[in-house]
Amino acid sequence: MADHVADTREAPEQGVSVAQVSMTVNGTARRTTVESRKTLADTLREDFGFTGTHLGCEHGVCGACTVLVDGAAVRSCLMFAVQADGADVVTVEGLTPPGGGLSAVQQAFREEHGLQCGFCTPGFVVSVTAYLRDNPAPSDAELRAALSGNLCRCTGYQGIVAAARRAARELAEEQQ
Amino acid sequence: MKPAPFSYHRPETLAEAVGTLGAFGDEARVLAGGQSLVPVMALRLGRFGHIVDLGQVGALRYVRDDGGSIAVGAMTTHAAAGRDPLAAGSVPLLARAIPFIGHFQIRNRGTVGGSCAHADPAAEIPAVAVTLDAEMEAAGPERTRRIPAAEFFASTYTTTLEPDEVLTSLRFPVWQGRTGFAIREFARRSGDFALAGALCAVTLDADCRIERAAIGLLGLGAVPVRAFQAEQAITGTAPGDLDMTEIGLLAVADTDPPDDVHATSAYRRRVGAAMAAQALAAAVAEAQAGTGITQEAAHG
Repeated sequence: MADHVADTREAPEQGVSVAQVSMTVNGTARRTTVESRKTLADTLREDFGFTGTHLGCEHGVCGACTVLVDGAAVRSCLMFAVQADGADVVTVEGLTPPGGGLSAVQQAFREEHGLQCGFCTPGFVVSVTAYLRDNPAPSDAELRAALSGNLCRCTGYQGIVAAARRAARELAEEQQ
Repeated sequence: MKPAPFSYHRPETLAEAVGTLGAFGDEARVLAGGQSLVPVMALRLGRFGHIVDLGQVGALRYVRDDGGSIAVGAMTTHAAAGRDPLAAGSVPLLARAIPFIGHFQIRNRGTVGGSCAHADPAAEIPAVAVTLDAEMEAAGPERTRRIPAAEFFASTYTTTLEPDEVLTSLRFPVWQGRTGFAIREFARRSGDFALAGALCAVTLDADCRIERAAIGLLGLGAVPVRAFQAEQAITGTAPGDLDMTEIGLLAVADTDPPDDVHATSAYRRRVGAAMAAQALAAAVAEAQAGTGITQEAAHG
């Protein structure tokens, strides 16, 4: 057992059902004590107050809880907080520019009506942000495949596809 | 919080992981990427007293040349395997199967070994392993053993791993010569498990006849299977003489796929036959065009 997982209930060889975890969330070091079974999503919301991370299905289907862990977009409901010990986590709150306002992806969602009720939006924004960082010039088919990991029950997706396309275009212009 | 309580173990070495598994037997479960296990726990389809997280066992994350085969460490994520140039060059079927696995967010966490240990009959990595006759390496308290992929998958969600064994790597043989590889599958939505799918690898000889063929099927039974009859039927033939539709039907002839809300058994077989025909045609076309990448080319 790694030393930095403080065992607070049982002998180490028995494993831990409660552990202290540390991680960086949106640039700030955070620490909390969680049950082993607590997901990263619940920990971000309940322990750290980042309620932008939404929980829809809680079993990895809907994508509303998508966050960046060490730069990779992942479903935070399919990760226990203890697994994120030592990780660098970015939630949707961490994507806004330093001075406030909206990121290019968020602005594109606003302009293209890429949301209606907004519940799925944080997951889409995080997913699209990570995807366009790694694939700055996707084809339409690639973009649609990339969006397929997030579910939206309002928009019918056309606005979301348009928003992702606009974000790709604007990020490309920013690069020039 | 949806999963039942468990004790969490985070070994940093393989030996430590095997030891912990040995100590808790059936009560313990290995956590790899968690993209299948955590949903199982969240839905309480399974509850485990002890979870042994391999996340810190860095020695299980690699892709390397093993002389005639490519070894992929069990904790290599799908994303890492998918962008590995050695895997793409030497085991094209693996690289081409990866985009079919879930969504990119799932591939960022899900692992090659975890997918095999979970043993979903419609999963892609197990199907690639069976199609290419990969070897699975497992470490137990006493010894390390290699298990042929065909003997590794026992049934739906069941492998022949012992409770105290950890799957440590997969070795995919590298096919030499004029090769072609293809995977085709049909799912109702992008990222869903396929209703049925087929994988094909072929090698052509100097006369452009099929010298070697492997056809694998996923989603058509309790485990991924090979279509040996169809393989036999096409070996030694000139691809131009083949009726691909007929070979596709032959490929699924011995399958007995499940009936469920998503598709009837008969429909799954029809889809499987079509996928096998398409995969075979694509693999042959690639071998004929000479674009099937051999190991030499990849290393050159």
